[in-house]
Amino acid sequence: MSRVPAIVVAGPGTNRDRDLALALTMAGADPVIVLARDLVARPEMLHDARLVAIAGGFSYGDALGAGNMLALDLRVGLGDALEEFVATGRPLIGICNGFQVLTRTHLLPGALGHNDHGRFDCRWVTLEPQPSVCVWTRGIDDPIDCPIAHGEGRYVHPDPAGLAASGQVVLRYAGANPNGSVDAIAGVCNPAGNVLGLMPHPENHVLARQHPNAGLDTELDPERHLGLRIFRNGVAAAAEM
Amino acid sequence: MSDIIFIEGDISATDLDALHRLLTDPLLQTATWEVPTGPGVEVTFLPGVTDTAAGSVVHGAGQLGIIVTGAATGRRVEFGPDVDPSLAETIVRRVVANPVIERWAIGTVDPVLHPDSSRTGKAEIVPLQGRTLDELVAIGVERKLALDPEELLAVQAHFAAAGREPTDVELETLAQTWSEHCAHKTFRAHITTDDGVERSSLIGMLRACTEAIAAPFVRSAFVGNAGIVGFRDDADGRAITLALKAETHNHPSAVEPFGGANTGVGGVIRDVLGIAHRPIAVTDILCFGPPDTPLADVPDGALHPLRIREGVIDGVADYGNKIGLPTVAGAILYDPAYTTNPLVFAGCVGEANGWEQHAGPFPGDRVVVLGGRTGRDGIRGATFSSLTMDATTGEVAGASVQIGDPVVEKLLIDVLVGAEHLFTAITDCGAGGLSSAVGEMAEGVGADVELDRVPLKYAGLEPWEIWLSEAQERMVIAVAPERLAELSARCAAHGVELADLGHFTGDGRLIVRSGGEPVLELDTSFLHDGRPQRRMTAVMPQPRRGEAAATGRTVADPAAALLALLSHRNIASKASTIHRYDHEILGATLIRPLVGRERDAPADGVVLAAPGDAEGIAIGIGVNPWYGLHDPEAMAHAAVDEAMRNVVAVGADPDRVALLDNFSWGDPRRPTTLGELVAAVDGCVAAALAYRAPFVSGKDSLNNEYTGADGQRHAVPPTLVITAVGHVPDADRCVRPVLTSPGNLLVLLGQTAPEFAGSHLDMVLGAPDEPGVVPAPDPGAPERYRRLHRAILEGLVRACHDVSEGGLAVALAELCIAGRLGAEITELPHPDLATALFSESVGRLVVEVTPGDLGRFRDVMHDDVHVLGTVQAAPWLLVTGMMPVEVPDLVAAFQGEQTESAS
Repeated sequence: MSRVPAIVVAGPGTNRDRDLALALTMAGADPVIVLARDLVARPEMLHDARLVAIAGGFSYGDALGAGNMLALDLRVGLGDALEEFVATGRPLIGICNGFQVLTRTHLLPGALGHNDHGRFDCRWVTLEPQPSVCVWTRGIDDPIDCPIAHGEGRYVHPDPAGLAASGQVVLRYAGANPNGSVDAIAGVCNPAGNVLGLMPHPENHVLARQHPNAGLDTELDPERHLGLRIFRNGVAAAAEM
Repeated sequence: MSDIIFIEGDISATDLDALHRLLTDPLLQTATWEVPTGPGVEVTFLPGVTDTAAGSVVHGAGQLGIIVTGAATGRRVEFGPDVDPSLAETIVRRVVANPVIERWAIGTVDPVLHPDSSRTGKAEIVPLQGRTLDELVAIGVERKLALDPEELLAVQAHFAAAGREPTDVELETLAQTWSEHCAHKTFRAHITTDDGVERSSLIGMLRACTEAIAAPFVRSAFVGNAGIVGFRDDADGRAITLALKAETHNHPSAVEPFGGANTGVGGVIRDVLGIAHRPIAVTDILCFGPPDTPLADVPDGALHPLRIREGVIDGVADYGNKIGLPTVAGAILYDPAYTTNPLVFAGCVGEANGWEQHAGPFPGDRVVVLGGRTGRDGIRGATFSSLTMDATTGEVAGASVQIGDPVVEKLLIDVLVGAEHLFTAITDCGAGGLSSAVGEMAEGVGADVELDRVPLKYAGLEPWEIWLSEAQERMVIAVAPERLAELSARCAAHGVELADLGHFTGDGRLIVRSGGEPVLELDTSFLHDGRPQRRMTAVMPQPRRGEAAATGRTVADPAAALLALLSHRNIASKASTIHRYDHEILGATLIRPLVGRERDAPADGVVLAAPGDAEGIAIGIGVNPWYGLHDPEAMAHAAVDEAMRNVVAVGADPDRVALLDNFSWGDPRRPTTLGELVAAVDGCVAAALAYRAPFVSGKDSLNNEYTGADGQRHAVPPTLVITAVGHVPDADRCVRPVLTSPGNLLVLLGQTAPEFAGSHLDMVLGAPDEPGVVPAPDPGAPERYRRLHRAILEGLVRACHDVSEGGLAVALAELCIAGRLGAEITELPHPDLATALFSESVGRLVVEVTPGDLGRFRDVMHDDVHVLGTVQAAPWLLVTGMMPVEVPDLVAAFQGEQTESAS
């Protein structure tokens, strides 16, 4: 199988682009990191990409709202090109700051506010996959372990029950809700299921040894809880297109 | 509290609506363009302080096609009707705003969108000839030059010989270059001790020690911005080198905690970038006054420790998180002596493949500055940090404070890493700004630069301000003219500003121009070597040592003492701070600052190994200022030992460890303070030789003083931070301080003796009149660590934890907390219970081994083992002679600190 051409979008201040590119590579894609300004200059790059990922970080230093300025760059600079990419059904993922960008561009519903405790928070969490229409988590039943690292990750939506009913709630935090997200929602998708946004960082759990309990739970199958599985699904979906 | 955004321009109502939609999310916020009329206080930045959000407003409006000619941001605080306006003002002044960088007004505040842009563009002549020494000293005080009398005389003599008077640019440049901060006058001084011994300089001792060790992995030590070591090669046979550096940013953090700590991190990252390595991790060690200090005990002009702590931690987190580096190893120490003089140590590790020292600059190369624009921020930072602080420090510091912009520095990393072939020399713009960066690069070569080409944040800067500004996120590089176009294109692609200031000449003279007219003409030999060597006298400390001086302790209730130790703020959980730092980014962090089943127990060292790398590095910290109050030399030895143990405990090879030293000390012109410094350097050298672990870089911050309750000035406790970076040969075999399996054996390595001076037991129970001795160096430790490393590589070690603050009892408790398992200890390592449990003798570790492996472990360790007891499934810590303690109670005591800071 030829490798899936993928774009990792980075803006000024994006900082998990290399982590994300590594995860996509391990999942079978051939990612290139593209600065938003270059993508705006050559939007035809979207035609060649089978998968797009918007990486985490602090684009524009999070000035004026996390993800806001990068979302503006993409909205103004790309016009409808990103919507057209999504309409073809090809997979798009936004992680952390990328999720914030996708809500600001209205490709995903809801918004992300400051954590309810008011602080940046980095810790490992467990994510429960929900029954959803999302291609990125298709067939994943085991919980996913990976870190969060954000100050503005409180998911806000006026009708979370409706969102769940339409199969758009993809991931929830298991156990303690780390940021006050409504109904402990950690990730949502668009109605078609090909666009996923999530605050946690599955790209930082692509190897068993990255898990904080590595070496402690020897009876545990370390592969079962890898964040890498999300990227394998996305790449598989892209390969089918 | 609301955010305020000020905009200026010819803006229509439609445009205002568009901006409203841009700036707010209706699901999260409400906003209005109406100017509020109700009671409130508004805060905005002082003119000249970087306002990054304002830049984003202009950028965002521009994307929407709206021309905004000026922008600023601020905050508005509204109080209930019962709050008196003057009380509201007091709350804003003491709690909300910081007068060093902000101003405020009751009602509405008018931002300064366009700071005063008038300037002469000329240098001022400062007449020195014929002045008496007293008059010279007065000029030095007035201009805050922080120069010694002998140095002022040397400057006067230099210009007398040249037959002219200096300009203000020249005088300020000499003051910065010759400052304690930049020139390390004390570490280079000629020192005579009170017993009449003539010492070589302190820096000379450390260098000679590194040369004597002659470790093959040291590539560069005590040269340039950072130390360089190479532990291994990459797949292409190129050496993988690490750049190691740790810095202090104490004085700026005292007056503006967020900005001071923020730019401290930014600065040390630039140090690593300034030696052409890609930064991969950040460390931080912080010393604060007790957070419960009564406000009445905080002197006028100083910030409360709680405010300093919040600001510093936010500042460290903000920079590391935004630039995208894991903030990993660290420590937080509390002592009343740090109340007005907090300490902030920030470190950075970088990595490169096939690094070679740049050989330039060469005559004809261009002098290029990259990155952020230059403003009035941070002027005279180097001399400021070389002065001692007093009640007016916050006021005079004013422009000494910088505000960082980590996104700009991230872009600098993106531009410079991988572009090493485009420049011939590189350095960062830190203390002293361009004067220091260009001045250092031009040493021996000479340069001719034009200040009018420096990109400015706003007009109105006089030549000396441009030349000395410590505006952040700038690098200076030397570029061959034929490479300039390629570099410019690369900068443009990343959105990084580049300016060509002039060229390196080859005649050894530094010429700085404003509007083409020279404002500075100095021989670089005078600039760098013209300073008379300081001559200083040290009174050496006379510590109590030896068995005869040792004293024991009586502990009536060891269980209660253990719980008190666990909840002591130096030992208790730092989780609430650690979670504010991103330690996961880059995916390389294998052993984190928090470990264990619930990820809430302290690690010894951290281990980093990039995904796909079989090998990694360990980072460990050693620091214990309380030993230094009794015996600075033994303290230094103990700090090196602790840093070594921390990296060995997680799997590093003790024969491949490099060290960094950071001294934060009081005013060295006080002979006893200098004596303590000399003793500590002696301890560092002896320890480094014993462990064969070379120092590769260091930094001293002197003049850290505070005014005590007696009204007298005091030095902060002698605070030496040792950072150890070691090679981990097998990243899959790293070891954690977490109990794993009931039935396994717990074994103590090392010797235990009654060594209680400066101990944490004394902090919780009170020190006796005869405190005894601090832990003495253990000559058996280096070989012990080599054997332990062999045992780890053989897979014999299931868990390992160093014994440090609080002694064996705390180490056992932390192991239980980490594993959520119990332990039964029946064989104590010393007949005296208090000594066995609470002495802080160095060189010790607790190891978990399986019963089946004990024999082999004994062999590998040459029988230097003491079996303490066993790991238990029942969650109790059972120690002979101590009341049993339930593990949940250990957890609760350990988390005391967390509850406190979360409140």
